[in-house]
Amino acid sequence: MIDVISAVTADPIAMREAYAETLLHLAEENPRVVDLEADLGASVSMNGFARCFPDRFFDMGIQEQNMVSTAAGMAAVGLIPFAHSFGSFITRRACDQIYLSAGYAKCPVKLVGSDPGVCGALNGGTHQSNEDIALMRSVPNIVIVEPADTVSLQWTLINAANDDRLFYIRLQRAENVRLYQDGKTFAFGRANLLRPGCDVTLMCLGSLMADETLKAAEMLRNEGIEARVLDMFTVKPLDTEAVLAAARETGAIVAVENHSIIGGLGSAVAETLAEAGAGVPFARIGIRDRVGEVGTSAELRTVMGMTSADIYAAAKNAISQKR
Amino acid sequence: MNENKAVQVRRLADNARIETLRMLATLGNGHVGGSLSVCDALAVLYSGRLKHDPQNPQWEGRDYLVLSKGHAGPALYATLALRGFFPLETLQTLNRVGTILPSHCDRLKTPGIDMTTGSLGQGISAALGMALGLKAQQKPNRVYAIIGDGEMQEGQVWEVLLAAPNKGADNLIVLVDDNGQQVCDFTRNINDIGDPAVKAAAFGWHTETCDGHDPAAIDAAIQACLDAKMPGFIRLKTVKGKGWAAMEGVVANHAMKGLTAQIVAEPIAQLTAALEEKEEA
Repeated sequence: MIDVISAVTADPIAMREAYAETLLHLAEENPRVVDLEADLGASVSMNGFARCFPDRFFDMGIQEQNMVSTAAGMAAVGLIPFAHSFGSFITRRACDQIYLSAGYAKCPVKLVGSDPGVCGALNGGTHQSNEDIALMRSVPNIVIVEPADTVSLQWTLINAANDDRLFYIRLQRAENVRLYQDGKTFAFGRANLLRPGCDVTLMCLGSLMADETLKAAEMLRNEGIEARVLDMFTVKPLDTEAVLAAARETGAIVAVENHSIIGGLGSAVAETLAEAGAGVPFARIGIRDRVGEVGTSAELRTVMGMTSADIYAAAKNAISQKR
Repeated sequence: MNENKAVQVRRLADNARIETLRMLATLGNGHVGGSLSVCDALAVLYSGRLKHDPQNPQWEGRDYLVLSKGHAGPALYATLALRGFFPLETLQTLNRVGTILPSHCDRLKTPGIDMTTGSLGQGISAALGMALGLKAQQKPNRVYAIIGDGEMQEGQVWEVLLAAPNKGADNLIVLVDDNGQQVCDFTRNINDIGDPAVKAAAFGWHTETCDGHDPAAIDAAIQACLDAKMPGFIRLKTVKGKGWAAMEGVVANHAMKGLTAQIVAEPIAQLTAALEEKEEA
């Protein structure tokens, strides 16, 4: 079943507001939910949470490493800590703390990294997390999710809070994005079908790339090519069944992510295909082996080769290589 | 602490030293110096200060201990075994594949271990999280963290020193096993910490300094921190390798190799003789 609105549309509220509202509801329902920030709470609209739950809101200041280990300690005494910073800081800077205090020690913190990839935009390359998924994928037993709209974001937060595993949630905070109908349910480790197709599969991650990918699928349809589009949703555990079904049923795959092509969704899909001996034409759309730079998100998608036109071209090329 | 109690605590500490040496000699290598220096503090904690139940290590009413200098795991394992958390024979499995006693502390493997440590600076930070988390749940449990002086070179320690008083972590006590040495040399020769108590006081902690091998002094320092009703910081002046006379304060005592039952027989004999003297007294 496809519970999607046909294309990415505007939600009346931005992702960050959906994030803050959902955490507020969670905190009201469950006294174990706490939030930690490293002086970036305002960037995800957490002022209301801080006002309503001053004893459960911990702005640690600009201390990402201490924030992560502190959150792990809170989890060890029974709390459900959400810990947020920009994706670049929480994963790159606090990588060992995530690995040891949270992962190794099985202290199930819910890590939230905002402004993934080109969403770092005018903060520039220093603030763009283009390798956060690659770093987090190597942490044993972590769940990595990138919700593509407000509906899947809300579902993710509610279900991560009730899940005993360590999470890394990639959060596009600024966009007003609506892709799924209200009440749709999801599952960690399951891709979501955005549109059916049999000629090629486009696997995307996050709202920005869902938007570009759906546009590319429309361009392909104008030429009579039916592209299957999957919102992969969870990078770890990856929906390997959906990947292998796509290889079997459509014979060509393009992985699309707002992240480095090294170590992210494309790598995970490639590993799955190669180990299964799928042998289908395959391409990765994402940031090549380079650092980020300053620009608007749209400008950077062009600079990095991540537009609908780039996806369309990669799909055409993959289809042309089909045996 | 009266003299009888102090003798009891000394006995626990020296027995832990003996067990630590035996344990390290089974595979022949391990962290000797920093284990021996922390035994007295552990003995004080497990002789009444730290609420615990060896029959129920996960008891909700317990106080928490984070051995942030995780490489001193053997000293804590010896103390836990002597307190009855697991059989003394288990100590002989240290660092063997599949053991519940890995080189560095692991909260998922060992009864009585509250936090996984080994990457320095993180344990004190997790201890802060436990303290704040317990307060957020209006629970009365206390949290103790033991760090090393060399560990204080880690930036994360200073993040905690700054944050704990600001966040009101008055249920947290940090003890620094200030044995003056780290892996390669004396701490003062590598990147000097100076007087950590002076620095912690400047960050807003209640601080105490005492002889880290004197149970009564350690106990009094803990009581002073409890009375202060603010985050407590105790500088334990210790000797790395304490109890093995030939190795005390020797740079090479951090991680030793080639230990055998024969080699550790001498310090064990000395410690045993001292224990017997205490019995007679």
